[in-house]
Amino acid sequence: MISSAPLLKNHVQESDHEALLKVTEIAVFYGNLQVLWDVSLTVRPCEIVALIGSNGSGKSTLLDTLSGVIHPAEGMIEFSGRGITNSEPFEIVSLGITQVPEGRQLFPDLTVLDNLIMGSYSRHARSKKEQNLDLVYEHFPILEERKHQLAKALSGGEQQMLAIGRGLMSDPRLMLLDEMSLGLAPIILDKLYQALKEIRERGITILFVEQNVRRSLDEADRAYIIERGRVVLEGPTVELREEETVKRAYFGL
Amino acid sequence: MGFADLSTPVVMGILLGGLYALIALGLSLVFGVMRLINVAHGDLVVFGSYFAYAALTLFGIDPILSLILGMPLLFAIGFTIQKFLMSRSFGVSMEAALIIAFGLSLILQNLNQMFWTPLSRGLTTSYSVESFSIGEIFIQLPFLFDFAAALVVMLSLSIFLKRTYLGKAILAASQNKRGALLMGVNTGRIYALTFGIAMATAAMAGVFMGLTFPFSPTTGLSFLVISFGVIVIGGLGSMIGTFVGGIVMGLAQTLGAQFFGDAAQMLIAYTIVLVALSIRPQGIFGR
Repeated sequence: MISSAPLLKNHVQESDHEALLKVTEIAVFYGNLQVLWDVSLTVRPCEIVALIGSNGSGKSTLLDTLSGVIHPAEGMIEFSGRGITNSEPFEIVSLGITQVPEGRQLFPDLTVLDNLIMGSYSRHARSKKEQNLDLVYEHFPILEERKHQLAKALSGGEQQMLAIGRGLMSDPRLMLLDEMSLGLAPIILDKLYQALKEIRERGITILFVEQNVRRSLDEADRAYIIERGRVVLEGPTVELREEETVKRAYFGL
Repeated sequence: MGFADLSTPVVMGILLGGLYALIALGLSLVFGVMRLINVAHGDLVVFGSYFAYAALTLFGIDPILSLILGMPLLFAIGFTIQKFLMSRSFGVSMEAALIIAFGLSLILQNLNQMFWTPLSRGLTTSYSVESFSIGEIFIQLPFLFDFAAALVVMLSLSIFLKRTYLGKAILAASQNKRGALLMGVNTGRIYALTFGIAMATAAMAGVFMGLTFPFSPTTGLSFLVISFGVIVIGGLGSMIGTFVGGIVMGLAQTLGAQFFGDAAQMLIAYTIVLVALSIRPQGIFGR
């Protein structure tokens, strides 16, 4: 465990904390096609929250809406009390929301180090570049060993570490992770989830999207279950695991 | 035919290749970053030539010195074209952007025609007609300038792209737009800057082209086609590839003229382009 950062306590408990992220009844369209209906969700500081749903349920669209890549037609998004409903991606990154996208979206012909440096492109992150770089190397020492290699030369697991590391370089308060487990071996996933726990200990809130229901419920404090663009169930993961509908739908019990 | 006979065309081919690389650089940069084939590139280069011609004939300003004004002017034109024309058309389709570039090309050709008549012009200065010999090798001074200018531009652009945040953002956006967007890169602004930089290099290319060859309002098209050849050989979006591609095109042309006569020089050059396309379609240094 990393000792240099302050540990934040009571992060799991329901509390009177101000919501870090508050999404209120958003509707999102791709052209004429509606993808999200009336979605509301809240993420509190230092939580790990999972968005669970099958392929095409709208989870990635929701993350892209939070990142400002698409804007909702209706509803509101607030981040730490500030309206970001129609903010552009670069504004949202500079407020402290980073997305680690599905498929990683690295810069294949840049070195590992340059990929990380690009993570600190946002003006607020540049001054903390060295400090965050040390932090990334602490979490993922392999990235330091490989810093002069091209990103495309890394293995799948290392690329995912680089994608997360690049996200950390933007000095985020909220990290959105999209399908990080795709195509990775369970043993690598264990490492990545361990890293996420350590990242949370640093005070970074995590909202992740995952298809693997059992894993999500194990790793998150709370979860939202999305089906066909709507939130159908939400709550602490300990409770969701006991929920009959979840058992039937996802565990075949 | 002895070695001595070949030394001049070889050296001149390499130097001419520098000019070709300089002309193709902006086309390659815009395609590499925005995936836009800017068919107006040649005409923008010629616009740069005419700008220097105006500065020379109206105010007596040296063409190379006029770049102090010409480069910022073309940068601003490029920035504006991307920001107000191309970026909107990207939202529609890539064909829309291509058609806009084609329209720009027609407008520029006709504007040049209106202002300067279809007659051939040249940037004639004291040094543009100079030449000298090193042993058996006969060198025309402007060709040497072309090569030196290409080296300077490409080295400084390489350093800019590799060493600065802005440069890295341009590379990043060219390799993965979504990735760059999510890292907080204002891709719209990066695109406008890239187009601006490409046009600043076009201004330089225009001046050195004008010092080397006569030009007319329709010259842009032939240089556009040569630039395509340079890029096909060297590989799109690669700086060193553009440089090597330029030299291959230059050598093909001068050696083609040497062996098969002046009339066949471009035939040889484009045959090499075709061969390169069939053997290595991504170019020598292409990804």
